[in-house]
Amino acid sequence: MVTNLDNNTTGGVHPLKFSLWLIIISIVMMFGAFTSAYIVRREEGNWLEFDLPPIFILTTVMIVLSSITMQLAYNAAKKDNLGMIKLMLSFTFIFGVIFLYGQVNAWGNLVSNNIYFGGMDSNPSGSFLYVLTGVHGFHLITGLIYLAIVLIASFKYKVHSKNMVRIQLCTTYWHFLGGLWLYLYFFLLLNH
Amino acid sequence: MSSTDIAIHQTDMHHGHDEHEHHHEQNFIEKYIFSQDHKVIAKQYLFAGIIWAFIGGFLSILFRLQLGWPEATFTFLEPILGKWVLNGKLDPEFYLALVTMHGTIMVFFVLTAGLSGTFSNFLIPLQIGARDMASGFMNMLSFWIFFIASVLMFISLFIETGPAAGGWTVYPPLSALPQAIQGSAAGMTLWLISMALFIVSQLLGGVNYITTVINLRTRGMSMTKLPLTIWSFTLTAVLGLLAFPVLLSAALLLIFDRSFGTSFFLSDIYIAGEALSNTGGSAILFQHLFWFLGHPEVYIVILPAFGLVSEVIATNARKPIFGYRAMIGSMLGIAVLSFVVWAHHMFVTGMNPFLGSVFMFLTLIIAVPSAVKVFNWIATLWRGNIRFTVAMLFAIGFVSLFISGGLTGIILGNSALDIQLHDTYFVVAHFHLVMGAAAFFGMFCGVYHWFPKMFGRMMDEKLGFVHFWLTFIAVYLVFMPMHYVGIAGFPRRYYNWTGFEAFNIFTDLNTFISIAAILGFLAQFIFLFNFIYSIFKGRRATENPWHSNTLEWTTPINPGHGNWPGEIPAVYRWPYDYSKPGAEEDFIPQHIPFSQTQSSNLPQERVLE
Repeated sequence: MVTNLDNNTTGGVHPLKFSLWLIIISIVMMFGAFTSAYIVRREEGNWLEFDLPPIFILTTVMIVLSSITMQLAYNAAKKDNLGMIKLMLSFTFIFGVIFLYGQVNAWGNLVSNNIYFGGMDSNPSGSFLYVLTGVHGFHLITGLIYLAIVLIASFKYKVHSKNMVRIQLCTTYWHFLGGLWLYLYFFLLLNH
Repeated sequence: MSSTDIAIHQTDMHHGHDEHEHHHEQNFIEKYIFSQDHKVIAKQYLFAGIIWAFIGGFLSILFRLQLGWPEATFTFLEPILGKWVLNGKLDPEFYLALVTMHGTIMVFFVLTAGLSGTFSNFLIPLQIGARDMASGFMNMLSFWIFFIASVLMFISLFIETGPAAGGWTVYPPLSALPQAIQGSAAGMTLWLISMALFIVSQLLGGVNYITTVINLRTRGMSMTKLPLTIWSFTLTAVLGLLAFPVLLSAALLLIFDRSFGTSFFLSDIYIAGEALSNTGGSAILFQHLFWFLGHPEVYIVILPAFGLVSEVIATNARKPIFGYRAMIGSMLGIAVLSFVVWAHHMFVTGMNPFLGSVFMFLTLIIAVPSAVKVFNWIATLWRGNIRFTVAMLFAIGFVSLFISGGLTGIILGNSALDIQLHDTYFVVAHFHLVMGAAAFFGMFCGVYHWFPKMFGRMMDEKLGFVHFWLTFIAVYLVFMPMHYVGIAGFPRRYYNWTGFEAFNIFTDLNTFISIAAILGFLAQFIFLFNFIYSIFKGRRATENPWHSNTLEWTTPINPGHGNWPGEIPAVYRWPYDYSKPGAEEDFIPQHIPFSQTQSSNLPQERVLE
């Protein structure tokens, strides 16, 4: 990669941050498609109504907590509080894993209530729930991988106020994933 | 060519790359295979696009043979097609596969990846004055994911049950049920995986294009000094970024329906008297999702051609482009409108007629920005000092095709008329002229014009003229008669119509179309020869062979890694100062400050001297 920022009209935004926002837009479009398909399909009838798995409340709390710790890690990085960065990033990672574990449990809960993804007894209403949580979960895994990279870098003392790009990107992406889940959760609550 | 490349490479390593910490010589693989240099990636896209174009074109010749000579036996095709030709007769299901793959390959692999991939990659850094893309690694990743997608799609041509055969729009339930048609078996699975990878590749590329244009412009290059090419590439990337994820969603749901037993798009289907277990799905839902991408997709195909043609017309008419801001505005207008017209592909799906008229109204509005563009191109040509280079001929050809094809768009956009014309050859003729052939002409125009910058040599003009005229004539001979057949109601995608009394009279016309198509296809080999021959043996190019204003012509003949050996030139003026009164020459490149052109400065430019 050739960097020549000094000579250019950079617009004040780091190119990678800008790229991340564009990627976020494309993910938003994807979920926009899913949720609008959900609404359109629901309007057509033949739609199985069921209760959302109660564990979603717990996972929602988890992802909100992880966003808070992520922000604390970011603030710590700005103040060069290296111990705090490591601690808070680790918490974020753990909350993230708990969230994912909770989502998988939610699937188990759905199956035990005879709400299936596919097959004879499935209805699109259930399938949509699996798709929404599954695709969100997939993106959360990508977030966790990136978080792990930043975490490892923090243990090598490579995350500090002079080296903020990585943790900035990570924070932005992580908040987005949290916000995305909140949107999905409220969307599901309202359309159930 | 490779030897000169290396020589220049070494010299500019020492001047232009002060920011590079390590000056190591790249080996062959880093330089030509897994390259992160935007120019090499552009060429990779170009070569891949050309290969795909010939495959896609060849498939169309196969089905044109069937349509042109329905009674003939094609035993001579057996060595190529094997069991798809039985007793000299083309397999009807394979015919559908040919149509499907022709569409898929041309729309996505040639006119999206080949066109945007080549010219966005090549021209964005060169014309905005950047050393490379914002992320060379992502750019490389984009090409190689596209390559894997290509390989999968190519493999699907050779599997036993054949490639996808449900039309390039892959409507379920046909595409969702392997029992429905052979092509919906493994071929469709490969199609979906390939397209999913393709989308990822396009998103990576698009993110890069937009970021580069927004963040890495050289000093002085404001958005209103950008060449129209860059505007068109940026808007294309924006459209892709918004539209492709939706197709990915639709493809994902279709994959689940096919392989995991869900019922997003399937409901109450009986096969051989037996009901399938799927209930509650909606096939129309897929069409909505598909066309929400599908319609912007046609602009993803045509917008880069708009940009290339605007640039070539202004350069070769030796006149400033007429209505620069109107050109940008109309492209913005088209980009916005492209997201609110998708249902005009679905007028006959039983949609609410009121909704239909809303979509009709929005569709017809597109005629306004399109007409602005056409008017501006013609106004640019008007009383210009026109040089008929090959690129210029293709640019003018583009305008001609865009008008001819665009006019029928107004007819098809009417929801009432569409009831008669939907899924007939009228539609085929319309979109082949307006986005198929036109985008190809844009692509040819770009290849002929920027070939000297890509390979440091010129393409042969005489062969170019022959190529242009044969192609131009063939395109009209193929698609004009199709309008006529279409108005008569002849449906597209039909293997054979001799069974229908009403359509028998068109046998000769169809034979005529097929002959024209074959001639048009053969003419492309002239291009192929010219292209390959000129890479190695073409006349050597000068630095600025077309006397053009944009920044790419200020680089060395074979620009090395980093593009400019010294500092990147700053930009002082817009890119269209051609034939400015009072100027010494008939062009003033963008990097010439106003202080050097006092004789030609306009009153309002005096303050900038």
